[in-house]
Amino acid sequence: MSTTHGPETGSERRFGPYGGRYVPESLLPALDELEAVWSQLRDDAAFQGEFRGLLRDYVGRPSPLYLARRLSERAGREVWLKREDLNHTGAHKINNALGQCLIAKRMGKPRVIAETGAGQHGVATATAAALLDLECVIYMGVEDIRRQMPNVQRMRLLGTTVQPVESGARTLKEAVSQAFRDWVASVGDTHYVMGTAAGAAPFPAIVRDLQRIIGDEAREQILEQAGRLPDRVVACVGGGSNAIGIFTAFLDDPGVALVGVEAGGHGIASGSHGAVLASGVDAGVLHGSYGPVMQDAQGQILEAHSVSAGLDYPGVGPQHAWLRDSGRATYVPVEDDDAVRAFRDVARLEGIIPALESSHALHHVLNVPAPEVEVDLVCLSGRGDKDLAEALQKLEEIDGADALKLDGERTIAPALGHDPAADEDGAGPQGGEEVR
Amino acid sequence: MSTDQTTTGALRGGAGEERLAAAFAEHEGDAALMPYIMGGYPDLTTSREIAKAYVAGGADLVELGVPYSDPLADGPVVHAAGTAALQAGVTVDDVFALGEQLAADVPVVLMTYANIVLRPGVGAFAARLRDSGLSGLIVPDLPIGEESEGVVAALDAAGLAFVPLVAPTTADARVAEVRQAARGFLYAVSVTGTTGERASLGDQFAEVVTRAKTAGAGPGGGSEVPVGLGFGISNGENAAQAAAAGADGVIVGSRLVRAAGDEDPVASVSSVLADLSRGLGR
Repeated sequence: MSTTHGPETGSERRFGPYGGRYVPESLLPALDELEAVWSQLRDDAAFQGEFRGLLRDYVGRPSPLYLARRLSERAGREVWLKREDLNHTGAHKINNALGQCLIAKRMGKPRVIAETGAGQHGVATATAAALLDLECVIYMGVEDIRRQMPNVQRMRLLGTTVQPVESGARTLKEAVSQAFRDWVASVGDTHYVMGTAAGAAPFPAIVRDLQRIIGDEAREQILEQAGRLPDRVVACVGGGSNAIGIFTAFLDDPGVALVGVEAGGHGIASGSHGAVLASGVDAGVLHGSYGPVMQDAQGQILEAHSVSAGLDYPGVGPQHAWLRDSGRATYVPVEDDDAVRAFRDVARLEGIIPALESSHALHHVLNVPAPEVEVDLVCLSGRGDKDLAEALQKLEEIDGADALKLDGERTIAPALGHDPAADEDGAGPQGGEEVR
Repeated sequence: MSTDQTTTGALRGGAGEERLAAAFAEHEGDAALMPYIMGGYPDLTTSREIAKAYVAGGADLVELGVPYSDPLADGPVVHAAGTAALQAGVTVDDVFALGEQLAADVPVVLMTYANIVLRPGVGAFAARLRDSGLSGLIVPDLPIGEESEGVVAALDAAGLAFVPLVAPTTADARVAEVRQAARGFLYAVSVTGTTGERASLGDQFAEVVTRAKTAGAGPGGGSEVPVGLGFGISNGENAAQAAAAGADGVIVGSRLVRAAGDEDPVASVSSVLADLSRGLGR
């Protein structure tokens, strides 16, 4: 891979033409410091020991690799799920948040800030901050606060300040911008825990390094459990942290196809989507990084759209852009409607409620023919409890009030009547309550 | 990027840099007044009136902002004004037209973000600046180095000044590097933070200006590039402190943008400019 590195560190600043440090001068010293600190800590036995210990005992790693039998039957090939949904806090985000909060500790910074879309990175950062006794402020668009209220309540319970962001479309892009503005002013005592493998260097490389454990584990697990490498690795891509996390271990396995699934939203033709790579938009600068970005003819950044807050981002990590250009990975869109149906189908086939983000990848595996693939490995990046309200509402919109019916049968049975013998005078043991 | 000492003092930014240098030279021993205007805020017509009020109110140079969707270096006042202008349909073309009008009276430096410059291509953007009669360009998310090389080269070729920024967090050696690369003037950020009004910063100004002028300089001393001080300067008292601290120019943004949102914007900005002029002893 063609990359350029920081002068003394080995952390990539560019992936092909993408990446860089397009930030105000105020932030360059902090990026320099982070680059230098990470170049030491990445190979520091004590740091890695502490990090690996927490991943094992606190996060619950290694996360299982699970052969999903009913999904496999439906897809007509083996479908293995890397169960990042089983991590503490319910998503892959904790790997990176914990690592970066440990870095903040090592840098002597008592305060961390972060952006969040779906709320998973916010919860993960709030969790790590509580564990490591760091002050924490999370920036979140008010539209995402509406969509992801349970996660907002979790963050507040954990002792974090959730700062609503009112500007623009009030989603992830604005939250990142606002976190950057905070950081421009607070850089002396604050570390910005970037949640995805995007933004200014060295964030894409650091987040990749902290998330690559997903693929490192999965590669070892599938060799042991299936006795072979997968034909294909599939993961959803917003900024791209879970995808780069699972892809990295397989980059040098030429027989393993890498597929990133982006938010097709209402369809690429509609312009209302988040499929930055699949739609082939031009490159530009967003949040300190040069790469493909949704923008108008003048260079104003456009709003993305996705039913899943975590994929609702008009840019993408620079390494993914380069993996696309170099032909090593391919990127495809999955639309909102298909993702929420996959959300329902996976719940019913496997008893697993996947995050809406991961549901995009699952739709691709379940419903897009791939006759050349015998073994699929899918990153199940998070659990879907946070998405229930949004997904059920969307299901009702697209499939009507019968969206949760099973072959025409209702899934909520009619209430049983009162027991007349026991409740004859209204003073029976049930006190007028229904008897079941 | 050139760090060749022998080029110090030579005008690499061509006619644009010459015009900026002349504006600063008129106020030798004093500070030039450089108000910021958000192009197209609150609307295009009013914005043109405000620009005229700047000229009438004693502006020696004008910093002209382009409304942008994601202004990472701007505080809430400038950000909100940019958002309002975008919602009103103001385009980059509109801002260039406004700049062309202003440039008939004072040198104009355009302030915008990297993506607006890169979108049409750096050569095309530099040509637009030149053809509109503007003198220079400030891009806060294009720090001196690899990221800004292409833009600096394109501006040099077009005879325009690339004005970089230094911040309180910038190390001495880096201040020297940025100062060497500066054309027209060096923009010294007075505080670590985004644009915005702040209470009593005056006591820090001297250190910021001195560092901008001399930090990291070898025995030969610093360069002669003027230093404009900005971020957090909102009234005559601040302006007087900035001038006393040795600033060659005083840049005022958020206070004026806030005034532009008042009921009678022209009266409000004129009153702020009058106060600033008094602070500068005029």
